[in-house]
Amino acid sequence: MRFSALRLLTEGLTGNRGWGPHWRDPAPKSEYDIVIIGGGGHGLSTAYYLAKEHGLRNVAVLEKGYLGGGNVGRNTTIVRANYFLPGNSEFYSHSLKLWEGLEDELNYNVMHSQRGLINLFHSDGQRDAFARRGNAMINQGDDAVLLDRAGVRKHLPYLDFDNTRFPIYGGLLHPRGGTARHDAVAWGYARGADRRGVDLIQNCEVTGIDISGGRVTGVQTTRGAIRAKKVGIVVAGRSGQVAAMAGMRLPVESHVLQAFVTEGLKPCIDHVVSFGMGHFYISQSDKGGLVFGGDLDFYASYAARGNLPMKEHVMEAAMTLMPMIGKARVLRSWGGIMDMTPDGSPIIDKTGIDGLYIDCGWCYGGFKAVPGSGFSFAHLIAQDRHHAPAAKFRLDRFRTGVGLMDEEGTGAQHNLH
Amino acid sequence: MRINGRGRVDRGRALSFTFDGRRYSGFAGDTLASALVANDVKLLGRSFKYHRPRGLLTAGSEEPNALVTLGAGAASEPNARATMVELRDGLQVRSQNRWPSLDWDLLALNDLAAPFLGAGFYYKTFMWPRAFWEKLYEPAIRRAAGLGALSGKSNPDRYEKAFAFCDLLVIGGGPTGMMAAHRAAEAGLDVILCDEGTVLGGRLLSEDETVDGQPGADWAAAMQRDLAAHPKVRVMTRTTVTGAYDQGTFGALERIVPDAEGAPLECFWRIVAKRSILAAGALERPVAFAGNDRPGILLAGAMRAYLHRWGVVPGRRVAVFGNTDDAHRTARDLAAAGVHVAAVIDSRTDAKVQGDFPVYTGAQVCRGAGGRDGVEAIRIRTPRGEESIAVDALAVSGGWNPSLHLACHMNGRPDWREDIAAFVPRDGMVPGMTAAGACAGAFSTHGCLSAGAAAAALVARDLGRTPSDAALPEAEDAPYRIKALWAVPGRGRAWLDFQNDVTVKDVVQAAQENFRSVEHMKRYTTQGMAPDQGKSSNVAALAVLADATGRGIPETGTTTFRPPFVPVSIAAMGAGAQGMGFAPRRRTTSDAAARARGAPMIEAGLWYRASYFPQAGEATWRQSCDREVGMVRNHVGICDVSTLGKIDLQGPDAADFLDLVYTNRMSTLKPGRVRYGLMLREDGHVMDDGTCARLGEGHFVITTTTAAAGAVMKHLEFVHQCLVPHLDLAMISVTESWAQFAVAGPKSRDLLNGLLETPVDDASFPFMACGPVRLGGVAARLFRISFSGEHAYEIAVPARYGASLFDLLVARAEAMGGGAYGMEALNVLRLEKGHITHAEIHGRTTAFDIGMDRMVSAAKECIGKTMAARPGLVGPEREQLVGLAPQDGRSALLPGAFLFAPDDKAERAAAQGYVTSAGYSPTLGAPLALGFLRDGRARQGEVVKMVDHLRGAEVLCTVTDSVRVDPEGGRLRG
Amino acid sequence: MRLPCPICGERDLREFSYLGDAVRLHRPAPDAGTDAWDAYLHLRDNPAGRTRDLWQHEAGCGAWIVVTRDTVSHAVEGAQLAAEMRDAD
Repeated sequence: MRFSALRLLTEGLTGNRGWGPHWRDPAPKSEYDIVIIGGGGHGLSTAYYLAKEHGLRNVAVLEKGYLGGGNVGRNTTIVRANYFLPGNSEFYSHSLKLWEGLEDELNYNVMHSQRGLINLFHSDGQRDAFARRGNAMINQGDDAVLLDRAGVRKHLPYLDFDNTRFPIYGGLLHPRGGTARHDAVAWGYARGADRRGVDLIQNCEVTGIDISGGRVTGVQTTRGAIRAKKVGIVVAGRSGQVAAMAGMRLPVESHVLQAFVTEGLKPCIDHVVSFGMGHFYISQSDKGGLVFGGDLDFYASYAARGNLPMKEHVMEAAMTLMPMIGKARVLRSWGGIMDMTPDGSPIIDKTGIDGLYIDCGWCYGGFKAVPGSGFSFAHLIAQDRHHAPAAKFRLDRFRTGVGLMDEEGTGAQHNLH
Repeated sequence: MRINGRGRVDRGRALSFTFDGRRYSGFAGDTLASALVANDVKLLGRSFKYHRPRGLLTAGSEEPNALVTLGAGAASEPNARATMVELRDGLQVRSQNRWPSLDWDLLALNDLAAPFLGAGFYYKTFMWPRAFWEKLYEPAIRRAAGLGALSGKSNPDRYEKAFAFCDLLVIGGGPTGMMAAHRAAEAGLDVILCDEGTVLGGRLLSEDETVDGQPGADWAAAMQRDLAAHPKVRVMTRTTVTGAYDQGTFGALERIVPDAEGAPLECFWRIVAKRSILAAGALERPVAFAGNDRPGILLAGAMRAYLHRWGVVPGRRVAVFGNTDDAHRTARDLAAAGVHVAAVIDSRTDAKVQGDFPVYTGAQVCRGAGGRDGVEAIRIRTPRGEESIAVDALAVSGGWNPSLHLACHMNGRPDWREDIAAFVPRDGMVPGMTAAGACAGAFSTHGCLSAGAAAAALVARDLGRTPSDAALPEAEDAPYRIKALWAVPGRGRAWLDFQNDVTVKDVVQAAQENFRSVEHMKRYTTQGMAPDQGKSSNVAALAVLADATGRGIPETGTTTFRPPFVPVSIAAMGAGAQGMGFAPRRRTTSDAAARARGAPMIEAGLWYRASYFPQAGEATWRQSCDREVGMVRNHVGICDVSTLGKIDLQGPDAADFLDLVYTNRMSTLKPGRVRYGLMLREDGHVMDDGTCARLGEGHFVITTTTAAAGAVMKHLEFVHQCLVPHLDLAMISVTESWAQFAVAGPKSRDLLNGLLETPVDDASFPFMACGPVRLGGVAARLFRISFSGEHAYEIAVPARYGASLFDLLVARAEAMGGGAYGMEALNVLRLEKGHITHAEIHGRTTAFDIGMDRMVSAAKECIGKTMAARPGLVGPEREQLVGLAPQDGRSALLPGAFLFAPDDKAERAAAQGYVTSAGYSPTLGAPLALGFLRDGRARQGEVVKMVDHLRGAEVLCTVTDSVRVDPEGGRLRG
Repeated sequence: MRLPCPICGERDLREFSYLGDAVRLHRPAPDAGTDAWDAYLHLRDNPAGRTRDLWQHEAGCGAWIVVTRDTVSHAVEGAQLAAEMRDAD
């Protein structure tokens, strides 16, 4: 069924009885060409592009819970391409281009809204670092504008420019940065994959990966064994556990990242804004809630719930930066589990086992990567060679030191990125 | 309407307030909600999506409809629950989410379009044409959405945060909580009792019943007095426990008594408790039927609360609809207060008729009819057929949901209890927490009192105390007979989530579209995502979903309960940070003197440092900076360098330890000498650089950069305690203990010798010497080190002498043609000398990159050495530190710009490096910069193109050595 | 979260900083080879359950401690001084 305003009108006039299921609930077959472990954003987009770009339709996505139940449904919905190190630059640039056509591509309104993202800076040193970032973005063919203090004031008059601990020197505006409706992205890709014949199998937990003679042959699941010629692992948050089923240890540590939403408010924040002297970034959803986040809770955890000190830190940052939001009330806070790598950048690569591929380590930048990651991972699985924009996301870069992408410059400590 | 002789408001104190500009009055003790009920105001708000007219549903913090804006101007507060606002004289209240007025809201048109705006409609439309989403559709949606509005002005009010500790935290001050707190305190435990209300008592305040022979509210008041007087108890009213966290930590929000003089508005508490008792009571739930959102349709328990607590009733002709005996209780209480009870509709066929009013058993309300001003009639379906009854209010009860939210904050899932058709907490969901009373499914007052006492006894025994076994007060113990009723079948929209306008149809449609998981249903319909987080609607919604998908409620499961229990203002949780409070302000001992000289102070991490010291006639910072650079190069300058980290290490193995953490050897350093040192992270990248001074055989003082002081200290403690604990040494940060000043320039020794008790010369104090000196009777440390490249010293005195030494040094310097210099000049001086800062060692550079690989001693092990040898960290592909000079000798170079071959396009693939630091050198009379360039050391003399897209600059540069002034170092030693 | 510092007693999380898996106590020999160093610095078991990790009581006594705790429930079993654990190895 194609979605459109006309369809909505027709259905509305006939009691909304005609809406069919967004996707089927097929029983797992005993064999697939490709099994994707993980029905989150990245897994669903991988399946979609396998079918669409490579014509591979004998594909199953195995999800232990419900589709889109991982970090794709638990984030601050920011979409941007403002990286500065080679490897990241070209990948996120490609991903943003996919975002820009996603509604047409999926016939699903994911509410991608390019309202502009402003990274604030608070010292000459930070300005220099953001200038490098902005120039790198333009080198890549993306957009960036360096704002001085007056320029920031024009865009964000509600910031505290007069009495704040770390005065605002300026900001880097990324006009094409913005947000999207997170759940819709997962559902749009799921619906698109399902329509192309991919089996989306929920409540199906993988319990083992079958390997024979150095080659993957299938998976064991709570719904029985499934044979497969190729298997892709896309389970950010649980990557270590699933990789361990194949005898692998990953350069990944799991950490909680919190996010927050306030009660609905009339429009007051039109951009995505990020503070430079503490971890705080914010936007306002179309429903009116202020959606914001901060830093990791900083210790390894799978608890999917946040601690109090970080909540307070984030709100303290909010109060020093934009004290006009003091009377907004936080309605709900939640935590996602992040795959943190030693350089803060992701992994899309083959493994030491033939036919087994892995896509992990998205740290806390995974949401905006959903289209690009699926596109590049599908390419790798289908063609057994790296897709150029993601070619630097190698698993062995830590061992060799070649092509490290440490944007934060904090070094090989997983929780510092 | 106010009922004479009922309620506990102070009728001697009338208060005046306005709602949407109209003036009303109430009494002290009223909430805004009860005062509006007293004034027969029914229409209090508009719903989120359809802009339906709405009135009160509840009497508590779970209120979904009556959200209003309080006050005006910067202090105005959106989305306040009318049910929680304590009435005060002069209060200004405005309705929200309506235009132009609450009565005539244009967006109520949405309600007519409802068939097209069902679950998830926006995912299916607004896609064409593509450009219209951001230009047209989204702005329109944004304007229509949202509830109240922020003022847009800085928050003018004060908020606070605090910590508290106790043996036992009791959450909720109803009969369960009061009894638990009292018994636990009697057993000797330190108890904190928190309750959301203004007084303790919980439901006892809202019911007509007796405890120990006295009215329940009187018993509660006496109990509150006892508890408040008890030395082991801290009673915190107006305090909502908002979240349960690890190891017995709880968040709690205290609303301070309104108008308490000088008090903050709110205080956010972090309470740490060895044990907790959850006594949060239960929340009543409505029944979904067509038109059940009309103003005038309230929860039955809320209706009783308005009657008994505030003496008000929201109608004159009231019907009651329920599925428990509570329905009859409501009717009885209303009738006793003289209110006309039009009908009691009980969905149970076996309900016992208990009052003098028309009772319909086995019947249901299937429609609430009426208009903007509220319900005018209800249509009921009985075994004998349908009929209409004229009413102006309806009390509804679908039963009670235990308030188990806090018990679920640590991801535990509750149990379903069929006998009460509700979820209850499971033991151990929050370690150390016991749920008792109504929140554990005990709904009679007797049940609550005994559960509170039992929970206290359990905790007391657990903590090694002997619990009291005194008799319990007498109280009602009526059984709770419920037959689940979630939604009445029929045509028309039946609301589940009032706030987000989610109806039964939406949930059914979600299931039809295969959003069958409870999380999918929630996210697709937005059920439970509004400010009340579905407190009164989630259970019914998942029951409807269970029905639509042919599953039971337990297997359908619940969504995740997330903190906070009630919304908490950002100002409260972020208290103290507004303005300057976000981070400590660290000031050096010269801070006041620098400010007195007009120096702009800039942030350097948490420190403030002088940027430059303007003098008369200087119009720009550059003029001051150029003068200060010249002063140092030609005369003598004074700079406060106290912010650099200083770590004192002592012990027989200190030298061996330093050999491990520095790339170069420090054990060969002689006492009285200083050496430059480089530290790597274990991953082989540069961590920091600084100086290492050996003051004695087993005594070193090392310096770090200002930025890395904390990280280096932590790193050294890690290496010592975790990797080489057998080494015998101790270390301590002495950054704040010593004030340290650079005295730099050709006249620096002359200046110092005018102050030192024993003058120094090249023989006694050569370059890189250090040692104790005395000046003005004070023992000081002198280091002959130089960041500027001049003959220079750093002199350190105990911090208490810093201010006077700075004044003295600057005065002497000024007398010699010099003076104080700031960060700008410091930066130019170091650029001229090619000295690096964290602009260059930004965490991705190696010793190889900065040309210091020879400093990594081949003869010994050090942290980072092995990983620095990885293939990716060395070689010509690396970008190496170089100097840059504009070919034209004039064009400014810009940090953050990229470097390209002159003929290449300025694109990513062609980039060869970037500029890290730049400035204007008055010494060279030209701009200069440092940067990283691929294979740069081999490319000196080549021309590269600097491109800065952001600032529109393109400059051809010559690649130079990084050291531009005095490369031989003659000035240092001279 | 509250952690038991062996020197200071139970303290709030705010007083501690975190490094990661206690594998960092076992620094390989310089010539242990690439794999050993990769494992030391990068690869992690990353257990969902019981773990031992390194923390510093940074805003307290400065001690580095090894905390045994559960990464799913956040229950804390106990803590030891890192320096003493090295001695015991």
